[in-house]
Amino acid sequence: MASLDRVKVLVLGDSGVGKSSLVHLLCQNQVLGNPSWTVGCSVDVRVQDYKEGTPEEKTYYIELWDVGGSVGCASSIKSTRAVFYNSVNGIMLVHDLTNKKSSQNLYRWSLEALNKDSSPTGVIVSNGSDYDREQFAENPVPLLLIGTKFDQIPENKRNDVLTRTAFLSEDFNAEEINLDCTNPRYLAAGTSNAVKLSRFFDKVIEKRYFTRDPSQMTGFTDRKRFNFKSLHYD
Amino acid sequence: MSFLVDSVIMFTSQVLFFGFGWLFFMRQLFKDYEIRQYVVQVVFSITFAFSCTMFELIIFEILGAMSSTSRYFHWKLNLYVILLVLIFVVPFYIGYFVVSNIRLLQRQKLLFACMVWFTFMYFFWKLGDPFPILSPKHGILSIEQLISRVGVIGVTLMALLSGFGAVNCPYTYMSYFLRNVTDSDILALERRLLQTMDMIVSKKKRIAMTRRQMYQRGEDQNKQTGFWGMIKSVTSTPPGSENLSLIQQEVDALEELSRQLFLETVDLQSTKERIEYSKTFKGKYFNFLGYFFSIYCVWKIFMATINIVFDRVGKTDPVTRGIEITVNWLGIQFDFWSQHISFILVGIIIVTSIRGLLITLTKFFYAISSSKSSNVIVLVLAQIMGMYFVSSVLLMRMSMPLEYRSIVTEVLGELQFNFYHRWFDVIFLEPFGVKCLAQGHNDMLTAVGFEPVII
Repeated sequence: MASLDRVKVLVLGDSGVGKSSLVHLLCQNQVLGNPSWTVGCSVDVRVQDYKEGTPEEKTYYIELWDVGGSVGCASSIKSTRAVFYNSVNGIMLVHDLTNKKSSQNLYRWSLEALNKDSSPTGVIVSNGSDYDREQFAENPVPLLLIGTKFDQIPENKRNDVLTRTAFLSEDFNAEEINLDCTNPRYLAAGTSNAVKLSRFFDKVIEKRYFTRDPSQMTGFTDRKRFNFKSLHYD
Repeated sequence: MSFLVDSVIMFTSQVLFFGFGWLFFMRQLFKDYEIRQYVVQVVFSITFAFSCTMFELIIFEILGAMSSTSRYFHWKLNLYVILLVLIFVVPFYIGYFVVSNIRLLQRQKLLFACMVWFTFMYFFWKLGDPFPILSPKHGILSIEQLISRVGVIGVTLMALLSGFGAVNCPYTYMSYFLRNVTDSDILALERRLLQTMDMIVSKKKRIAMTRRQMYQRGEDQNKQTGFWGMIKSVTSTPPGSENLSLIQQEVDALEELSRQLFLETVDLQSTKERIEYSKTFKGKYFNFLGYFFSIYCVWKIFMATINIVFDRVGKTDPVTRGIEITVNWLGIQFDFWSQHISFILVGIIIVTSIRGLLITLTKFFYAISSSKSSNVIVLVLAQIMGMYFVSSVLLMRMSMPLEYRSIVTEVLGELQFNFYHRWFDVIFLEPFGVKCLAQGHNDMLTAVGFEPVII
C-alpha cells in the first residue's frame, strides 16, 4: 500500500468556502453530510491513475491537505500553519463564487503558501499588474482555481461572475473549475470539470516525478535573490 | 434662534457619527465579506450614531454648551429614537434575516418575521417582572418601562464584560504570568504534529486502497441502507469493512490529537510573540500599566463584594472619589475645577468604553461569523451595542458630580438607579467566581494528570 508514490497538494481558501466538502467529494466520492470548522489541517487521500487508458498508466496517492483558517488571522496561527506548506507539489485555490472577497484573498493565500519566509502581514497584492503575472507565469508549482457554491448564483448574475473568474484564472495562469460541492454530478466522469481535474493531477505528478530538474520545486523563495523588485511588505 | 443653531450642530454631529459607523462596518467588520444587504449597514450605523449622540449630550451637559431647553429636547428625541430602533427595528430585522436563512420558510418571510418579533416582545416584557421597576404611576407603554428593561439587559452585559476584563487583565498585561517558551519547544511540538499528520495519511492510504480494491472486486457492500440493511449489518459484516472501521476509529483519534497539537503549537507561538513584545519599550510600558490596572481591578472586585455584603450602594466611583480627595487635599478650589475634571474623566470613560466595545465586537464577529450568518450576527451586535451604550449612560450617573446628574435623572424619569448599581455589582462578581472555580478545576486536573481546560 505504501509502495505507491505520493504527491502533496494543498487546498487553500477562506473560511467557509467549502474546502472540506470539496476534499471529501474528491476522495470519498460522496457528499459531506455535516460540514464543520476545520481546526488546523485535515488530510485526505485520493487514489489517482496517472495517464489513465495509456500503457504508461500508474497509480499514485494524492494527498489533499486542507488547511483551515483565514488570511487575516493572528500571526501565531500563520506561523503554525507554515509547517504544513513544506514540499508542496500543487495548490488548489478555492473561492466562494457568491463572495467576492474570498476571490480577492486568494492572492494573499497563494503568496503565503509560496513565500514561506515573507512577513505574514503582507499588503493585498493588486490585480492584474505585470509584476504578478510574471511571477505566476514562471511559477513551478501548478495551481488550480476552484469556485464553489455555483448553484447559489442567480441566473442573471452568472455571466458577470464567470467573467470575473476568467480574469482570476488568467492572473494565476491556472485552469478553473466551477462547481457545487453538494452535487457529485459536476465531477462526473466525462464532464469538462473532470477532465480539467485529471489534467491538473497529471501535471502535478509529472512535475514531481518526471521533470528534469527537481531542485526547482521550492516556490518563490529562490527567485528573491535574482529578482530586483522586492517582495518585502510592511 | 439658538434652538435652530443647536439643532444644526446636533444634526451635523449625528451625520458624522453615522459616517464613522458606516466606515467601521465596511472596513473592519465586513472586510472579508461582500456587502449585499445595505439595510444591515444602515441599521448598524444608525444605532451607532444615536448611541454616540447620547454621550455627546452628556459632554455638552458638563460643558454647559447649548441652552438647557434645547438640550432637554434633544435628549428626549434621542431617547425616543434609540428606543424605537432597539426595540422595534433591530429585532424585526434579526427575525427577518434568521427566517431568510431557513429554507423551509421562504414563502412567508414577513409573516414569520413578525411572529419572531412578537415572541421577542413577550419575553422582553416578562423580563421586567422579577425586578422592582413597575410603578403604578406610569402607563404600560411609557418610556420608563422600556428604558428600565433595556437598562437591565445592558447593565448585565456591561457587568459581564467588565468582570471578564477585570479578571483577564492581570494575565494579559503582566509578563509575570508568561511561561518561558524556547524555540526548541516549538520545534519539538511541530515535529510531533507533522508525525501525527504522517500517521493519519498512511492510515488513510490504507483505507483508500482497501476501498478501491473492494470496489474493483464488486464488493461494495459498505453502504447498507434501509431497514433490512441495518438488521443485516448487525448480524453479518463482510471482513474487509470490519478492518476498515477499526482503522477509521484510529484515524478519528489521531485527527483529534492533531487538532490538539495544532492548538498547543499556536498557543506556544503566541506566548513566544508576547515574550518578544514584552522586551520592547512598548511592551515594558504596558507591563508597568498592567500593575496599576491589576490593582484597580482587584480594588473594584473588593468594593463590589463589600457593597453586596454590607448592603451598601456606592454613591460615587472610586476614581472620582480619589480625585475629589486629592483636589481637596491640594487646596485647589474644587468648584472651579470640578467641571473640567469631570469632563475629562467622563470623556475618558466614554472613549475607552466605545473603543473597548468595538474591539470586543470585532473579535467576537471574526470568531463566530460565516458568510451565511454574517448579517444576523452584525444585527445582534448592533442590538448589544445599543443596549450597552444606553445602560452606560445610566451607570455614568454615578461618575458625574451632583450638579450634572439632574438632567439624566430628569430625562430618564423615576428609575431606581440604586438597583442598577447593585445589579452591576452582583453580575460583575460572577466572572471572578467562574474563573476561580475554573482555576481550581484546572489545578485539580493537572494534579491528577489530565489536560487543563482553557476558559
